[in-house]
Amino acid sequence: MALLKEGTKAPDFSLHSTPDQKVSLSEFKGRNVVLVFYPADWSPVCGDQLALYNEVLPMIRKHNAEVIGLSVDGIWCHLEFVKVRKYRFPILSDFEPKGATAKVYGAYRDHDGTSERALFVIDGDGVIRWSYLSPVGVNPGVDGILDALDTLPKKETA
Amino acid sequence: MSSSSRLKIPVSKEDHFQGPESAPLVLVEFGDYQCPYCGKAFPIVKRLQGALGNNLKFVFRNFPLSEMHPDALNAAKFAEAAAVQGKFWEMHDLLYENQANLDAESLAGYAKGLNLDLEKLNKATESGSVERRIEADFEGGARSGVNGTPSFFVNGIRYDGDWAYGPFLSALKRLL
Repeated sequence: MALLKEGTKAPDFSLHSTPDQKVSLSEFKGRNVVLVFYPADWSPVCGDQLALYNEVLPMIRKHNAEVIGLSVDGIWCHLEFVKVRKYRFPILSDFEPKGATAKVYGAYRDHDGTSERALFVIDGDGVIRWSYLSPVGVNPGVDGILDALDTLPKKETA
Repeated sequence: MSSSSRLKIPVSKEDHFQGPESAPLVLVEFGDYQCPYCGKAFPIVKRLQGALGNNLKFVFRNFPLSEMHPDALNAAKFAEAAAVQGKFWEMHDLLYENQANLDAESLAGYAKGLNLDLEKLNKATESGSVERRIEADFEGGARSGVNGTPSFFVNGIRYDGDWAYGPFLSALKRLL
């Protein structure tokens, strides 16, 4: 499965961030979005990756950008994960139908039943401007994200 | 992001370094004083310095993970403030040797042990230049592909290998 590439319209989604709250990509029109697919809550590597994004959030927000994390874990698992790790950005549950959003972004691992470790930078018009597939065991860091955001307008576009 | 991640801000005279300025091997660590893995790396780096002698220049840059480690930023400021009085490495070492105690009272004790002027030191921690330096280290690290702490760069390229003493020493020696 190949990741959606630069220049593609980012497919909209609406997924739970809490049991009674949903987050849609379309809500972020006019702002840049960093979409972070990761395989699973609690695996040590993604803990590190998301922890890094939590720390660099002020740098990312300077680019009029928001971070959204997604995995196929259920919402109750996410709630505890977010609480314990103190993440300050939404983590969405791509749970039912399982991995549906990961699949349309080309970021689903059929053999594992999880999403890939994949990054997308989406501009204020909802167009993918950068995507990156990381080896599942490697924390991709934030340099690629920041380089991609550098090329986008920092101000509200819509 | 990959093994080709490179140090975006080159090592300069502004950096805290040990070893000869033009040593053939330049090891840069991005570290957090409260990070347990950095604590583990601390004696390993000391051993590498001992083994490689004048072939190694070691640089330390700040990458405090403040959300995860509530005392990390304060400790980083304290070490940078000690640098103003010429005792950066002494403080750096003390902080790693006493990682479990990075509260204000303990920090004051370390300053006393190093005969630092505590009042001057506290004033320096609040100065914009100390804060800006830490921010610049952090941002430069994030831009260079630092993906956690400690992150090491050898001659400008991120080192993704095993940093246990034996494998790290072999990897460094191969570059000589």
